[in-house]
Amino acid sequence: MRIRFEKRPEPSKFMQAITPIAAIALTMIIGALLFDALGYDGQRTIKEFFLTPILASYKWQDVATKAAPLIIIALGLSLGNQAKIWNIGAEGQYIVGALAGAGVAYLTPAVESHIILVLMLIAGVAGGAVWAAIPAFLRARFRVSEVLTSLMLVYVALQLMGWLINGPWKDPQGHNFPQTAAFNDWQILPRAIPGTYIPPGLVFAIVLTGIFWVVIKRSIYGFDVRVSGAAPHAARYGGFDSARTIWSTLLISGGMAGLAGILEATSQLGQINLGFPSGYGFTAIIASFLGRLNPIGIFIAGFVLAITSVGGQVAQTAVHVPSSAGGIFQALMLFLILAGDVLVRYRLRIQRAAKAGASV
Amino acid sequence: MTLDLIISALVTVVGISTPILLAATGELVVEKSGVLNLGVEGMMLIGAVTGFAVTFTTFNPYLGVLAAAAAGAASSMVFAVLVLTFGANQVATGLALAILGIGLSTLIGAGFVGIIVIPFSSIFPDFLARDPIWRLVFGHSPLVYFALFMVFATYWFLNSTRAGLVLRAVGENDASAHSIGYSVIGIRYAAIGFGGAMAGVAGSYFSMVITPMWAEQMTAGRGWIALALVVFAGWKPIRLWLGAYFFGILMTLELYAKASGFSFLPSQFWASMPYLMAIFVLAVISARERTGSEAPACLGKPFMPTD
Amino acid sequence: MANLEPLRLELKGITKRFPGVLANDHVSVQIGAGEIHALLGENGAGKSTLVKMIYGIMQPDAGEIIWNGEAMRIASPKAARKLGIGMVFQHFSLFDALTVLENIALGLDAKISQRDLEVEIRRVLDQYGLNLDPQRVVSTLSVGERQRIEIVRALLLNPKLLIMDEPTSVLTPQEVEQLFETLRKLAATGCSILYISHKLHEIVALCETATILRGGKVVTTCDPRTKTSRAMAELMIGGSLKEIAKGEGRSFGAAKFEVRNLSMAKRGDFGMALEKISFAVRAGEIFGIAGVAGNGQNELLEVLGGEFLAPDASAIRLNGADIGQLGPSARRMAGLCAVPEERNGHAAVGEFNLTDNVVLTARQRRGFVLRGFVDGRKSSAFASLVISTFKVKAQGPRDLAGSLSGGNLQKFIMGREILQAPDVLIVSQPTWGVDAGAASAIRQALVDLAARGSAIVVISQDLDELLELSDSLAVINLGHLSDMMKVGEISIDEIGLLMGGVHGSAQAQVLEAQHAHSL
Repeated sequence: MRIRFEKRPEPSKFMQAITPIAAIALTMIIGALLFDALGYDGQRTIKEFFLTPILASYKWQDVATKAAPLIIIALGLSLGNQAKIWNIGAEGQYIVGALAGAGVAYLTPAVESHIILVLMLIAGVAGGAVWAAIPAFLRARFRVSEVLTSLMLVYVALQLMGWLINGPWKDPQGHNFPQTAAFNDWQILPRAIPGTYIPPGLVFAIVLTGIFWVVIKRSIYGFDVRVSGAAPHAARYGGFDSARTIWSTLLISGGMAGLAGILEATSQLGQINLGFPSGYGFTAIIASFLGRLNPIGIFIAGFVLAITSVGGQVAQTAVHVPSSAGGIFQALMLFLILAGDVLVRYRLRIQRAAKAGASV
Repeated sequence: MTLDLIISALVTVVGISTPILLAATGELVVEKSGVLNLGVEGMMLIGAVTGFAVTFTTFNPYLGVLAAAAAGAASSMVFAVLVLTFGANQVATGLALAILGIGLSTLIGAGFVGIIVIPFSSIFPDFLARDPIWRLVFGHSPLVYFALFMVFATYWFLNSTRAGLVLRAVGENDASAHSIGYSVIGIRYAAIGFGGAMAGVAGSYFSMVITPMWAEQMTAGRGWIALALVVFAGWKPIRLWLGAYFFGILMTLELYAKASGFSFLPSQFWASMPYLMAIFVLAVISARERTGSEAPACLGKPFMPTD
Repeated sequence: MANLEPLRLELKGITKRFPGVLANDHVSVQIGAGEIHALLGENGAGKSTLVKMIYGIMQPDAGEIIWNGEAMRIASPKAARKLGIGMVFQHFSLFDALTVLENIALGLDAKISQRDLEVEIRRVLDQYGLNLDPQRVVSTLSVGERQRIEIVRALLLNPKLLIMDEPTSVLTPQEVEQLFETLRKLAATGCSILYISHKLHEIVALCETATILRGGKVVTTCDPRTKTSRAMAELMIGGSLKEIAKGEGRSFGAAKFEVRNLSMAKRGDFGMALEKISFAVRAGEIFGIAGVAGNGQNELLEVLGGEFLAPDASAIRLNGADIGQLGPSARRMAGLCAVPEERNGHAAVGEFNLTDNVVLTARQRRGFVLRGFVDGRKSSAFASLVISTFKVKAQGPRDLAGSLSGGNLQKFIMGREILQAPDVLIVSQPTWGVDAGAASAIRQALVDLAARGSAIVVISQDLDELLELSDSLAVINLGHLSDMMKVGEISIDEIGLLMGGVHGSAQAQVLEAQHAHSL
């Protein structure tokens, strides 16, 4: 017996919808077996990772807090991924965006106006976009693969942040901790709903999901991005400038990452410290694939990944697995969703051994 | 005094460039076969934790290195199945492998944090290995010599053997190689496995030689430098060897800047230097070549045989 | 030939089924020793499938392959080569970055040192009077030289049967004659040749027997020397040939499209530079550009269509306006449409549906985009219009372009551009790989568009097509375009000489040899 793939005449819509769900389910099963093998209570681990954040209502706000930046970054990345332009340095753009916004706050401690918040958000978007402009320039001008450059800039961004919070921007009243001074009241974005912990980022995430949906599905720019990814020569023939597509997708994804960064800094931490880089930029890549590059899919995927992230913390205290083990679930999910893609384009055929009659 | 400083700097350069060289040699073979595996960082970490754990339990560093190679190869097979058998996107799959490696190594290594093993250092007698001058030649871990051997072996393999010719052919034109009757998928599996094993050994160098202990994410992004090095070297083993020393010098500067405290520039500047230089070098290389024609023509493209 | 010997190859009732199509339906063929046997048929008739089974790439679902009197199962190309079956593919299985020697070594199963192999190669080259430098890197070779690599690779195995798949589609008429000489020499040594083609005059000139396939079935086996080309063509198509209706006494208007001294640097290692290309096409005129593949046709089409900008705006003029510096969208708005050779991935996107594929190039002239958003109703209606006007076999505008057959997709693409009523239409290989019915429909549509006053440029490697369609003609060679000539005043020989460079054939040989050694 032999298993082989046979190309479908058209991608299967059914498989497109079902494979993300199957990927999540399979991740749970494989994860349970893996954790069992490593000497943990597999079933319990899965329960803490995936179910506790959903069942325990006091965790919901945590989930929303983690989902918002993931969704915002992943929406930006989905454009580039459709155009097969791989920005894998969103984590760096997230950091630089936050630093740019924090820079505005640092320079204007005495201004007592909400204009500062607006300026901080704009600076955040701009900071992320500038950081992404480096790979964009190198790709558009010199054809340097954006994969490596964007990723390596993450490490540079980390060092940049380390330098700023240890040096020029270090809080003089911070007991020598590497951190910036806390933002003042005018520099902090209030909660989405007063009295709750629901982050303002969630509002951004919801609005942006809508905007991205319209842009991708209906606009000529969405068409540009899709055709550039599917057939670059056809895109050129159709009159879509590849340099423009490279620049726009990288700047948009960088700007979105920067926005997520400054939102996180101004609404969650209230300053920049060593704990700021949180891996959202990497997890968002998974969110964009898990959501099948579809804005609504990404919105849901952001929540799923946020659940595993919150679940990681739960599992840490409940079953004593390191919280970074959450990365394993996220990677497994990405593996499975990528493997599932083959079923969208191909049909699985199981053949029996060659018939004796056919071969003389 | 100055000679001493120079020698010790050179020893550091050779040592610190070794893991990059090991991983990049493996990746070079993978890319020559037409596959881009971005998961080097993850495979290195898995190799690092496995090498450490096995050395710690068996007290045998050779077994440790062997286990690191096996673990690296095994993790690369996850990638191989996805991109070769399932035709999955290589960029995304490689990235998933990197994330998986970080998570899995943390999980496995949780019980090994804070333990130290005897470093896997020179096997030459002390009068050579510790001689102020001869230590430049004899004072290294066996892995350093292994790395050098592998670069030249790879050079010989690619350019002078039939198997090497076939591997290059597969990376240049998968469809033609398939139509002539070579197993594109099989050859790529082998190349990816080799790349994984080399990355595993590279990882073990961190946990068994540089600092003989396990720490989360201890490879600190060197896997990505190895990927850049392959491009930097134009997919040529000898240039890879020289390029590894170039990055080794940059990283040594970082160490010295930190240690000596003579910082007219902040230490973060030196720490980001290898990455900035890698980006700069990639730009220069790509600007000079009009098409990037040194890259294997099928690099990163999925291949699904229709028959 | 000696009939006492068993047949070299006999196929009995070979059947092969693919999802949705019966590619070979009880095909039986007999080939004697030293026989040059033609396998004739249109695209999609099942020729390729049949030879893939002989060469071990595929296995038949039913039927027998009998090799020198023995029933065989040919499991792989390697097994085929072991038996003495060699094959020269239409699309060469070559590795551009490797040398000729390395390429040949890859195709051999025996382990032989490169030095011994080089000696062997030189012996074969001498024996058949072929010219090729084993140390050259393939990317520096002409298409004809590349084909020689494939032939030498096959000859080194001392084949008993050589399969040639459409070998002449990339050669000049003179190179074709050279190839036939080699094949005749080979046949004289007892090697059988299975020659696949759809070019009838070649088969008449070369082959002793022809098997004609249509829709996966054998229509007939005949001696091509006793049949007229027309009769064989009709057997191949399964109907009568349609002549193209060109209006009598055609008159042309003013020059509509002018190209003056257009030069472009070479793009990348495998590209071709364009040098001082000049021509002018009048309203109602069809201008043909002939040439062997890879002489700058793609580069020319891309710069004319706006995919790459000309160095100077006035190098390309449309209706008296300089358009050389305009991009594809602006050129379309100005009235110029283009169709590149490669259908999938260039002229159309296989993963996209037909509606999206009209958005690709018709959105500007047909106004599908309003304030940045695509009007799906307009584009879908236009896609339907193309489908119905050009009788494209598709269920509707939501079909994926990739699900259409090559001929249908080409009809769709041509229709998409023609229905935009461009002032100038530039097409490359309009009927490449298209069945005869679709090809004549496409040609007729081009003639009709010209009759309505458009200027048309047809770039093609099919000389017969150009002679049938065009009013004037020029030849492109190594990025140079010859002077324009009137069709009817030039001979095929002249065109052939231009295609191989302007020199006489003997002289060209010498030059080529010098060229080969100078590197």
